[in-house]
Amino acid sequence: MVFDFLWSRSEPNFCGVIALIDYGAGNLRSVHKALLHLGAEVRLVTQPDQLEGCPAIVLPGVGAFDDCSTALNNQSLMEATRERIRQGAWFLGICVGYQILFERSEEFESTSPGFGLFEGPVVRFPNQPGLKVPQIGWNQVRQVRSNCPLFHGIPDQSHFYFVHSYHPQPVDSAIIAGETDYGHTFASAVWQDRVFATQFHPEKSQRAGLRLLKNFVELV
Amino acid sequence: MDLQIPSHSQFAESLVFELGMMDTMRYVPCMLARRVIPCLDVHDGQVTRGVQFGKAEAGELRNVGDPVELAMRYNDQGADEMVFFDITASAHARASMADVIQRAADCCFMPLTVGGGIRSVEDMSIMLKAGADKVSINSAAIAHPDLILQGARKFGSQCIVVSIDAKKTGSDQWEVFSHGGRKATGMDAMQWAKRAVELGAGEIVLNSIDADGTKAGYDLEITRRISEATSVPVVASGGAGNLDHMAQVLEEGKADAVLAASIFHFGEYTVEEVKQHLQSRGIPVRLNAEIA
Repeated sequence: MVFDFLWSRSEPNFCGVIALIDYGAGNLRSVHKALLHLGAEVRLVTQPDQLEGCPAIVLPGVGAFDDCSTALNNQSLMEATRERIRQGAWFLGICVGYQILFERSEEFESTSPGFGLFEGPVVRFPNQPGLKVPQIGWNQVRQVRSNCPLFHGIPDQSHFYFVHSYHPQPVDSAIIAGETDYGHTFASAVWQDRVFATQFHPEKSQRAGLRLLKNFVELV
Repeated sequence: MDLQIPSHSQFAESLVFELGMMDTMRYVPCMLARRVIPCLDVHDGQVTRGVQFGKAEAGELRNVGDPVELAMRYNDQGADEMVFFDITASAHARASMADVIQRAADCCFMPLTVGGGIRSVEDMSIMLKAGADKVSINSAAIAHPDLILQGARKFGSQCIVVSIDAKKTGSDQWEVFSHGGRKATGMDAMQWAKRAVELGAGEIVLNSIDADGTKAGYDLEITRRISEATSVPVVASGGAGNLDHMAQVLEEGKADAVLAASIFHFGEYTVEEVKQHLQSRGIPVRLNAEIA
């Protein structure tokens, strides 16, 4: 369908095409629509060879770390995506697509590996009286690195939409691009070279979110 | 980190959490914005509003417009989320509702919840695939509590909202009603809310049958009790007549979000006006930032 149409086109036209990984994530459609709304060319990717020729990859995600890990491995997409990142592809991970970049999750009964691209566990919010978990709603992101291109044109402390019970704890604090307070302070966005990832959902964050996605699309 | 509490605001103080007995012990204020959520009651693809509970089904409706157009308007006003509620809930209506959600999701990049007539995991799946972020279940969850568990297992707790219609039946007693507030269930609202969360509900929408449509204010007491007794966000619904009602249910009622319909549909207040008022009372809200 859409994919067949894209696939049938000649290689040079693939410049700037964003590979959107389709492994059954709940927010796939929203991310897809938001990228199209911004004028991006998007290819839905369900198998490794479809990553060929795409300079950028977006990995959406909602739900459980294990489901994401298992689905990506079943479609042989984890290794292929990791390889493309190694080769210098631009990458944006969203929510579980952010968490999966780390080694492992402390999510209940989780045994599946993540990408291991960044060091650190994925932990749950602490049990605190009055702290509601999952965090559902709009929270502020403190931009801790002034030059992060993802936040270009977005005021510091802008609100983004979060839905999650877990979050990564990067060992290397130098990769942290955004911080958010909820019970404690956690890394809500990371950036290293061409790899970006957010715990919040830009595709659901109205103007601020669309601007962030636009920034990513324009980098590519 | 230093403890910083704006001394003028008791509200902010109540939102400060103490981290446990770890060596990293510190205080971090929780600035999660309180959400303002317009609710669109959809009847055969059109937004309608009944005056009081159950009246919509009896045909006493006021038509207020196309749901997607309204959704876009609220999106522009900076609504934090939108709820589409199917008040017809027939098989035919479900298909048109999926279409409404799909069209809304194409142009509104914000969280969307759909409720009304969702009776199975399959129904949930249809709505989530159409572009909803959450599904709200009510009577079906009462009849089959297992549905909460199945939905949470398949889609995650964050997707599963349990909506509770509660009516005050004694000085200290609130009873759960099903079928759009028409059928008494004999269940205690507090107990049901706790059970729903145990089963995997990620959010509770508490709708006061007594207050709904009266514009006399939310039921603060039951909202506060359920909010304090559960570990998930509580959305207050039913009874908003003015801006102070909304502030009250967030402060005294300890709600995490306010849901309202007619106050927005008839143009009495915009979402932005509500938020500005809440902010003036020291309640954290998300105001539309100037982003090109």
